[in-house]
Amino acid sequence: MSRRLVITGLGATTPLGGDVPSTWDAALAGTAGAKTLQQDWVEKYQLPVTFAAEVAVEPAEVLARPETRRMDRSTQLGMVAAREAWADAGLQGAELDGERVGVSFATGIGGVWTLLDSWDTLREKGPRRVLPMTVPMLMPNGASGAISLELGAKAGARTAVSACASGVEALIMALDMLSTGDVDVVMAGGTEAAIHPLPLAAFANMQALSRRNDDPGAASRPYDVDRDGFVMGEGAGALVIETEEHARARGATIYAELAGGAVTSDAHHITAPDPDGLGATRALRRALASASASVQDVTHVNAHATSTPLGDVPEYTAMKAVFGNHLDEVCVSATKSQTGHLLGAAGAVESVLTVKALAERKAPVTINLDNQDPEIPLDVVAGSARDLDPGEQIGICSSFGFGGHNAVAAFRTV
Amino acid sequence: MADKNAILAGLAEIVEEETGLETEEVQLEKSFTEDLDIDSISMMTIVVNAEEKFDVKIPDEEVKNLTTVGDAVEYIANAQG
Repeated sequence: MSRRLVITGLGATTPLGGDVPSTWDAALAGTAGAKTLQQDWVEKYQLPVTFAAEVAVEPAEVLARPETRRMDRSTQLGMVAAREAWADAGLQGAELDGERVGVSFATGIGGVWTLLDSWDTLREKGPRRVLPMTVPMLMPNGASGAISLELGAKAGARTAVSACASGVEALIMALDMLSTGDVDVVMAGGTEAAIHPLPLAAFANMQALSRRNDDPGAASRPYDVDRDGFVMGEGAGALVIETEEHARARGATIYAELAGGAVTSDAHHITAPDPDGLGATRALRRALASASASVQDVTHVNAHATSTPLGDVPEYTAMKAVFGNHLDEVCVSATKSQTGHLLGAAGAVESVLTVKALAERKAPVTINLDNQDPEIPLDVVAGSARDLDPGEQIGICSSFGFGGHNAVAAFRTV
Repeated sequence: MADKNAILAGLAEIVEEETGLETEEVQLEKSFTEDLDIDSISMMTIVVNAEEKFDVKIPDEEVKNLTTVGDAVEYIANAQG
């Protein structure tokens, strides 16, 4: 890749806050996003898991009412994050050539609320009551399409759908779009709004979710010996990525460089990670190679670290294989301990946090790490946030998903 | 005979919900497409919601004849009997 790509705008709406500044402050302080769900369907269906990490600010509080009626909740959250990132980049109202602006937005599941609500409507009230907007609301590309309309982005609106790897994969797709030379700016990110009884029941039946119903705030505990599963979360993250040339020409503030990235697939099992982390290892190596970075350049990793008993170990194995003894010099943040697992938005929000960490030289804290698993001897940022050293360095954001998807992005300080 | 003012008020609420237009802008002589800028998908949503609210049937082939808000109020009033 010949052109240098930089990040000039950030947006987020998460269980920690309704925007990037509030999310970032909470992430440095250490904030548990998971709470007991108050919806009547928890009791009605006797769900085995009664908590999740809902967004701190309801999208209806910041969007116009017709927008909330025509967009699925997942698109609503994506729109909130994208608008913040666009404004943060100083691009609101800017004169851009729309034919050189693209969108690359991710989701794991798409408009699951719309799909299931409209199925209920059909069964209870008949087909006439099914709203005509149902299909554009439930389709997984709903968010990327709506965001392309919002921004007048005509260089393509792509959608990464690779389960929990989707958010990072969207960034790598953005990188591909920008490296063609035909695109100057891409709105990249991911969104998810799947705290619905069906996915909750299904993930619980896979034994993937924590059952710590009596203490939701302590349930997401990556690397801890007592971790018992992930915590469902919702939210969105967005990053404005543009060519350095374009950013410099308009005098934009640059947070970090998107130095490289890679996706691989395990071809091992539809849900279980490769026990030796081979797919993750290859993704890490390729991401560093595409960033023209050596392992010694890496100082910080925002790990996938979902808090499942099986998942956290192979990720360590992969990091050890790639970094070797240098792994002792890498500080690892497992921010899902705070946000819960945002599925298709996870990699986007965690990329926002990785970029903030490099820009502010501060790694966010991992909460609930009371007894670190001896099988995972990482240098975990726990107790309090940690300062990163000055000087040029690389931060990594890794995401892995059902289907055997591995996606790794590498960011460089500027 | 149904109260046409009540139908207009109810219809205006449905239009506001769908489009964000103020209810006062939804007047009898206004055209759905020309004046209120309502596209075909929004129009169908408004029709389906009106059917539920006023307990009437508005067949798809009738929808294209409902040019103005007044046309819709008239149709609903007649359908209610």
